[in-house]
Amino acid sequence: MGTYLVRRAFHSFISLAGLLVLVFFLARLTGDPTNLYLPLDATLEARAEFTEKHGFNDPIYVQFGRYLVQLSQGDLGDSLMKARPSIDVVLEAFWVTLSLAAVVVPIALIGSVVVGALAAYRPGGAFDRIGTIAALLGASAPDFWVAITGIILFSLTLGWLPTSGYEGNIVYWIMPVTVLLIRPFGLLVQVARGSMLSVFSSAFVKTARAKGVKERSVIFVHALRNAMLPVITVAGDQAAGILNGAVIVETIFGWPGVGKLMIDSIFNRDFAVLQTSILVTAIAIFTVNIAIDVAYAFLDPRIRHN
Amino acid sequence: MTDQKAPILEVRNLAVGFHTAAGEFDAVKGISFDLYCGETLAILGESGSGKSVSASAVMGILDSPPGFVRGGEAYLDGENLLKLSPSKRRDLMGEKIAMIFQDTLAHLNPVYTIGWQIAECFRVHRGFNAKDAMARSIDLLDRVGMPDPERRAGDYPHQFSGGQRQRIMIAMALALEPAILIADEPTTALDVTVQAQILDLLIDLRNERNMGLILITHDLGVVAEIADRMVVMNAGEIVEQGPVRQVFANPTHPYTKRLMAAIPGRGEFREVLPLPEGDAPKAILEVRDLAKHYGITGGMFGTSTGQTVKACDGVSFDLYAGETLGIVGESGSGKTTVANMLLRLTEPTRGTATLDGKDIFSLAGDELLRLRRRFQAVFQDPFASLNPTMSVFDIISEPWLIHRDVMPKNRYRERVVELLESVGMVADHAERYPHQFSGGQRQRIAVARALALEPEIIICDEAVSALDVSIQAQIIELLADLRDAFGLSYLFIAHDLPVVQELADRVIVMKSGKIVEQGTVVEIFTNPQERYTIDLLGASPIPDPEKMLDRRQRRGISV
Repeated sequence: MGTYLVRRAFHSFISLAGLLVLVFFLARLTGDPTNLYLPLDATLEARAEFTEKHGFNDPIYVQFGRYLVQLSQGDLGDSLMKARPSIDVVLEAFWVTLSLAAVVVPIALIGSVVVGALAAYRPGGAFDRIGTIAALLGASAPDFWVAITGIILFSLTLGWLPTSGYEGNIVYWIMPVTVLLIRPFGLLVQVARGSMLSVFSSAFVKTARAKGVKERSVIFVHALRNAMLPVITVAGDQAAGILNGAVIVETIFGWPGVGKLMIDSIFNRDFAVLQTSILVTAIAIFTVNIAIDVAYAFLDPRIRHN
Repeated sequence: MTDQKAPILEVRNLAVGFHTAAGEFDAVKGISFDLYCGETLAILGESGSGKSVSASAVMGILDSPPGFVRGGEAYLDGENLLKLSPSKRRDLMGEKIAMIFQDTLAHLNPVYTIGWQIAECFRVHRGFNAKDAMARSIDLLDRVGMPDPERRAGDYPHQFSGGQRQRIMIAMALALEPAILIADEPTTALDVTVQAQILDLLIDLRNERNMGLILITHDLGVVAEIADRMVVMNAGEIVEQGPVRQVFANPTHPYTKRLMAAIPGRGEFREVLPLPEGDAPKAILEVRDLAKHYGITGGMFGTSTGQTVKACDGVSFDLYAGETLGIVGESGSGKTTVANMLLRLTEPTRGTATLDGKDIFSLAGDELLRLRRRFQAVFQDPFASLNPTMSVFDIISEPWLIHRDVMPKNRYRERVVELLESVGMVADHAERYPHQFSGGQRQRIAVARALALEPEIIICDEAVSALDVSIQAQIIELLADLRDAFGLSYLFIAHDLPVVQELADRVIVMKSGKIVEQGTVVEIFTNPQERYTIDLLGASPIPDPEKMLDRRQRRGISV
């Protein structure tokens, strides 16, 4: 396992390096920041001074070389917009997104597995029918629509919840978390149900019944652990999606998360912030993937022994 | 042996149905039988006879839906199992009646340790704490002959061999000392030597605990080896029952008679093809020093660890025109690796195979393509080896699309019909799809496909192993007829010795990638020289109760 993790980390590092190169050059295709940051009637001298100061007058490979040197010293560059280290700006935003994901993903995972397992236990039964339809609705509901409708209903009409904002109080969390939850929850219920259905027809479930094991234990001890692998895979994918920025929810509810930051940094041609936020989210996603592999190995000894 | 007291299990008029797309299907049509303490009752039948379904129904683990118990009773200690409430029934499962299965890898939960799975019986039924339950499961593992039980209790099912896994299943089933053990094809997936050990263990435990053992099997040899009484099932009905020796000696029902007649390898040997006389008899295929080693990779960059597995290690033999060369061996002996290398599906590590003066392993491109038409193959699983989306016509004619010069397109239809007829099928079958055929029919289609290119050599890799005895006999007969009609040579790979005895001229015995012994079929079967061959033959059950009794007594097992 140890060697395996080192190998995975090494592979991730290579991918990361490739990603950095790509982002560095692609970001500079978005245009010249000078036009954006200086007034339209700025003098040529002012322009020259701006490009000189931020190093935009050098050939792009020189800029890239400088970036690598800074990177090797742990300096990710300053934000053009906010004039402070990009890493600080990104980590602030990332923390917001991470806390959203940390609430949403565990609820989606645990809830959907229980619902999916019970639905699969009696396929075609009332619980299964209602659960399957609800899951399909959830998986296909457009989140921006749910968010806006939620604001109209719960904030404007009923006045129960704030329309937007990001503060410690739990009422600010209810709508963003719910909106973010709906789609992964629906999707994961479908995956969990399908996975449990096939596990219920497997031979070892028969063996457990032939031993006189109680049904609750057949479902949640014998079957569930075997059915978890596909669920974990999809859950990891969903977690990666949220970590990459829940742009719509962050924008509608005014949460200063990393998705919103990335979009803004593209519009602002704030290259350092863009590069750093992609670096940070990529590291997070690689970490999620490695965590999934570890979870696999924990759940299934056959993977551990390979 | 048989207790003359009341039976411990009485099954009366048990009927089981299945809901299918075409309506209800009667899988078991009202069967009745008794089981007594300390006896082994064999339920013998081919696939689809309803033997496993009946046992599942008694055990309460029928796949439901689509299966359902239509009627009947199963009395255990005076209580009708089929009418008990689920919770009462659960109390009896494992406690009074237990079951073991064929596919032990699928029937053990892959994500829990085997110690945990055995201990679960004590936790569920006796309320033991985890520690005491584990101690008991270690004792049980020891009892069923698991080496180093304390350590192995912490291992997972995939870390054991098939035979060891069946021992684990037995330990689990017998944990609470049930009065009845149902064994559903317990040794079918095992090598013969392991099969003999498991059967010995079952009999030993049956005697020790005076339990009633129900043995569900398709194998007459196994029945002859350990059963006291037998029930013969066909199409959901019991066609015959009685003491094993009586049924073997005087089968009364036509189905039983047919079954007995279909048993392969009943002592008659094929008249061995005389090897060509003269100074140098010419083999059509000369295999020399064939080997396949697999390197084990690992570490950070997936590099070689320097260890190798020798799947095949220096195998040499000749194949003559018109002969059948049997390759026998247990799983892991390398027999299939030999086939795969000759078919160029796996590249050999070293060695040569000369056909017409050319080494087939050095061929490439067009030459390789031309070689392939001379070598065809029939594989074990006719359900997997035929593409389900192609019609039979497409399947049989596909080789001609690859080898364009063999057959003009306007003759495809006519030739497919000829081939179908030569394997005992009819022209109408060409338009159907594989799923519309039975296993035996599919294997005929696979043979027809192999014949399409008019090969000289057909490699049959366990080609009859997945088939029922009566179907097996038909396919063996078909292969023999085709060999004689077209002068084919077969490389006939099988783990089942009687089948090889039936069809082969010469036999190679393989073990751990090497040839242990080779000779004519008469030499190998009547006068084996090597210890391994003797053991292999000794472990293979003979469908003859008298011979088996004799053999068992020599092994020191009382029946």
